[in-house]
Amino acid sequence: MTAHILIRSLDRGATLFLIAVAAIAIAVPVLNLALPESSAFHIPTYLVALFGKYACYALLALSIDLIWGYCGILSLGHGAFFALGGYAMGMYLMRQIGTRGVYADPILPDFMVFLNWKHLPVYWYGFEYFPYAALMVLLVPGVLAFVFGWFAFRSRVTGVYLSIITQALTFALMLGFFRNNFGFGGNNGLTDFKDILGFNVQAETTRAALFSISCVAIMLGFLLCRAIITSKFGKVLIAIRDAEARARFLGYRVESYKLFVFTLSACMAGVAGALYVPQVGIINPSEFAPANSIEAVIWVAVGGRGTLTGAVIGAVLVNYAKTYFTSGFLAPYWLFMLGALFILVTLLLPRGVVGTLRHWTALRRDRASAAAEDGVREPMPAE
Amino acid sequence: MLFSRACLVALVLAFGLALGCAAAHAATLQEGIAHFTADDFDQTLAGLNEVAASGSPRALTVIRALQDGNLMFSAEKKAVYIKTDSGKLVDAATGQPIAGAPPADVDNVRLNNRVRGAIDAALGGLTLLASDPAARYDAAQAVFKSRRVSALKALETAIGKEQDPRVKRAMLEARAAITLSSDKGSDPDKLAAIEIIRQRGDQDALGLLSSLPANTSAPVMKSAAAAIGAIKNRLALWDAVQNAWYGISLGSVLLLAAIGLAITFGVMGVINMAHGEMVMLGAYVTFVVQEAIRANDPALFDYSLAIALPLAFIVAGCVGIVIERTIIRFLYGRPLETLLATWGLSLILQQAVRSAFGPNNRDVGNPSWMSGAFDLGGITITYNRLWIICFALAVFIALLALLRYTRFGLEMRAVTQNRPMAASMGIRTSRVDALTFGLGSGIAGMAGVALSQIDNVSPNLGQGYIIDSFMVVVFGGVGNLWGTLVGSFVLGIANKFLEPYAGAVLGKIAILVFIILFIQKRPRGMFALKGRAIEA
Repeated sequence: MTAHILIRSLDRGATLFLIAVAAIAIAVPVLNLALPESSAFHIPTYLVALFGKYACYALLALSIDLIWGYCGILSLGHGAFFALGGYAMGMYLMRQIGTRGVYADPILPDFMVFLNWKHLPVYWYGFEYFPYAALMVLLVPGVLAFVFGWFAFRSRVTGVYLSIITQALTFALMLGFFRNNFGFGGNNGLTDFKDILGFNVQAETTRAALFSISCVAIMLGFLLCRAIITSKFGKVLIAIRDAEARARFLGYRVESYKLFVFTLSACMAGVAGALYVPQVGIINPSEFAPANSIEAVIWVAVGGRGTLTGAVIGAVLVNYAKTYFTSGFLAPYWLFMLGALFILVTLLLPRGVVGTLRHWTALRRDRASAAAEDGVREPMPAE
Repeated sequence: MLFSRACLVALVLAFGLALGCAAAHAATLQEGIAHFTADDFDQTLAGLNEVAASGSPRALTVIRALQDGNLMFSAEKKAVYIKTDSGKLVDAATGQPIAGAPPADVDNVRLNNRVRGAIDAALGGLTLLASDPAARYDAAQAVFKSRRVSALKALETAIGKEQDPRVKRAMLEARAAITLSSDKGSDPDKLAAIEIIRQRGDQDALGLLSSLPANTSAPVMKSAAAAIGAIKNRLALWDAVQNAWYGISLGSVLLLAAIGLAITFGVMGVINMAHGEMVMLGAYVTFVVQEAIRANDPALFDYSLAIALPLAFIVAGCVGIVIERTIIRFLYGRPLETLLATWGLSLILQQAVRSAFGPNNRDVGNPSWMSGAFDLGGITITYNRLWIICFALAVFIALLALLRYTRFGLEMRAVTQNRPMAASMGIRTSRVDALTFGLGSGIAGMAGVALSQIDNVSPNLGQGYIIDSFMVVVFGGVGNLWGTLVGSFVLGIANKFLEPYAGAVLGKIAILVFIILFIQKRPRGMFALKGRAIEA
């Protein structure tokens, strides 16, 4: 059964992509740890952390592409699930600090001591155990997405209405997390982490390991998405994307399909957030900002909506450009570029980079086969 | 004594008989002023009281100078001066410039909190008899707050003379406050005073009644407790009225911000994420207009908003039409892509304004007819909020009339209801789209002029309103302006009523949850269009 699913989901492109990610997952830590700093091929540790960040963003982009590219749900609040996963991981890391904090309180994190809290809030219980925290990384975004989606999809909130509501969701969460009495560190968020599973988060080896784990997470997420979209279930999702009303009239329970894939995508975003926090070293409420969620959508659009490899490539490309341009003298113009990117991609490159490439190769193949025999062209997916 | 008499002689010689009648005043004024040279707080206090009691027309000037730290003395010459705004010294008693160079050891008369309190009370007592009713009213309020027994005598005199009923009422309240907070005074007097305070019925009255002296008799205490209960009820009622007013005010702001959005979304099904930036552009137009007026003709300042309104409409409207023609036109039928493209546009507009005007808040002033406030019952109503409510309603009515009675409005409604059919009837839908987008953006620009009066004018101005205005549109439904009106006021008032109980954040979250549950019942908002064409 497993083998069958694997064979079905892995076409040539997907296999190549997985091999490439695996190669990067191995090569980067090796080049960082094994080579001396003087070597030309040495990758400095700060770059490993940076690549790790990109990897987490890529996983987030995958989760967005799953619902937007294959089910037509444009969520402008996926940053909320990402940040919730991040906070769950952050809470675990906070509890690991123990007496090494500024106030050296064995139980309470520093900000609670600072706010004069006497007891750990109930919702912080259990976060000192990694398995529990890992479970919460999946459960908290998942349950929120399930409840939210259950209400939204059942009443057939679609299109821009859904986008706006998801944006309001992340906006409301941001306001909430900014408050001190919410119990998540308010403005400053959670930071100053020391250990993860007993390893120092600042150490080179830990960073390299986290990077590799992030890459593995991308591979697993990619495989999961491929397995879904190549299955019969995935065909129904695409049908919903292209003609929701028709799919409903054919007897499919559209809301259940949407709810499942939305919840799954939220869990993936949560995992991405959880991997992001130890590598970046901080999680604060600005991760909930609606602008972040919209930016994540543009990664997918740049790479190619409805192409999983495109989502990953788009996330890395845009974020690399962001790092490159915001650090130099071009910094004041970065927002102009980002804004122009939004406009140009939607106007001129609606298929994205990978989508356009595929379109070209498909056209060439078509022409070649049309010359050979009078073949029937595959219909292009509707926008 | 010899000194003061010498001064008196000098004065009479210098200024003739006209000042002779003031001589008796001047004597005590001089004696009081002489205390200031001692550089001792007790002496200063004594001097202050003598000056206040002297009844001299110079007393007010001297005490004001003392309060502002402009009263100077020279211990060597035993003389007291007032430092004028230009830094020159004049004699405190006469107001004449001093001859020759100022003494070397001139220094400020120092103050401590005890003296400062006494100054406030003395000023209150002195201005009780001022000729300006507003000054008398303020003085009575100052006495009410300070409750100094020393002001009682001046207060009695003032009450006897007072003609203005409002000022008299304030003075009676002040006298009642003094009666109640003093240890002496008969019970009937105090009961009458409680009655007066109860009718005042504000937070200050509550504070006064709940801090009566310990030796107050039982019946007075009982009456005070009853009065406290009555005042609390009254305050709770006014609190609700105040919340409703704030809610209406917020609703009018939301209406202004959302109405343009509702039009573009209703007619074209286009979510314009750059709508907030149109509002921001309008606010910056106001800023530029005011700067130009300040530089060229400050007298026109009161008309700055009237000039800015049409300009903002034109600027934002033109930007809107350009956006429609260059970007949105190509994205019809792809609402999600439009959303992303307009978001990109909003980033560019924000950054452009940031580059042109800087990232900080710009100062936009209120014209005189929009500043200030008045009291209505127990609530304070500021003029700018009041004008914005009027303006929002005026825009709403004008737009309603435009849709109902003009050819453009008719075409717009036709396109909203059924685009292909409207096109078949010969309506140039693409022209209607462009004009509608321009109209919606122009209204957003005018909203920006209004918002510049109550909010910080910064490049992020629009972002604060965009999500709330989307909520209004989602809640109210599209294609019908009444939905926007009801939606904005319902959300505005609900927000302000939830705030005191749940806090601003939980209130917002509660409203979001409410909207999510509401669209369960009515997925297309309160005033939804019906028909097959809508579902497309």
